Amino acid sequence: MEQFAALVRTKDRQPVRYLVVDDSVFARKNLTKMIDSFGGYVAGEAGDGCTAITEYDRTRPDIVLMDITMPQMEGIEAAERIVRSHPDARIVMVSSVGYQENIVAALQKGARHFVQKPVKPEVLYEVIKYVLGDEGMAVSSASAAAGDSGQ
Amino acid sequence: MKMDLIQPFINAADAVLAETLQCNTHIGDMTMEEETYRRKGVAAVITVNGDIEGRVIFDIDPATAIRIASTLAGQTVAQSDQIVSETICELANLVIGNAVTSLNDQGFRFHIHPPAVHRDELGLKNTEDTEALVMYFETPAGNVFMNIAMRYNRRRRGEELVATV
Repeated sequence: MEQFAALVRTKDRQPVRYLVVDDSVFARKNLTKMIDSFGGYVAGEAGDGCTAITEYDRTRPDIVLMDITMPQMEGIEAAERIVRSHPDARIVMVSSVGYQENIVAALQKGARHFVQKPVKPEVLYEVIKYVLGDEGMAVSSASAAAGDSGQ
Repeated sequence: MKMDLIQPFINAADAVLAETLQCNTHIGDMTMEEETYRRKGVAAVITVNGDIEGRVIFDIDPATAIRIASTLAGQTVAQSDQIVSETICELANLVIGNAVTSLNDQGFRFHIHPPAVHRDELGLKNTEDTEALVMYFETPAGNVFMNIAMRYNRRRRGEELVATV
């Protein structure tokens, strides 16, 4: 997989921490590979909306990648509940169901962006950069290594 | 079944398989079946409710399923690995999601359920008035079969209203 300039947190230059929520193990592995190529760190995983909420409280990630169609509790409801408790949560919906109503509903409930599956790494990378805004920065691998050694 | 109902699924399957497997695909023969569905290998079923109701099954023989799962995982996986059935479920999810997106843009409203692995050799008998379209996509990894049984719920409701007047 293509390697990208590492995305790190501006405040401490540490890797961006992610929570990956998808009922498919395959999809979670796929997203984890992409996160690796972005220089990120998977702080937690969840296979349904209920677990996503508890994992968010436990891990306090910088970015949540959230599927929509899941058993028990769907992604849009989970996003709404997380944002209600944590208004600063940065949630990116990642779903194969990309019609406008779904996207609007997700954004109205507090999601910051939407990426349609199958996910293209370059698209997800740009979306994450956009959602992080000033809280994140892209650094070359050499800079990232220097930052790490300075911790 | 109307072709305009099926076409989004064919387009989505073609695009998703080409994108995920990074290959050219070729659409094979299509047949209409009214017989009870008989599983060929690793099968994932997704049901749809709403203006359009029915189900789509992705069915792939075990050797092809292993090749596809290995390609997508970037490493060789064994037949017993859960990742094989997970991969087929996710492929089904991607195809249905993209097809549903297209149909929703045409004004249809419905809900899709998470994919489930279908383990019975025989089953999922088609309803009396819903025949299934069976087709396959040729990929370098092998053939991927898609079995679609859908009905136009909104049109049927309209027909029932006319019938009762």
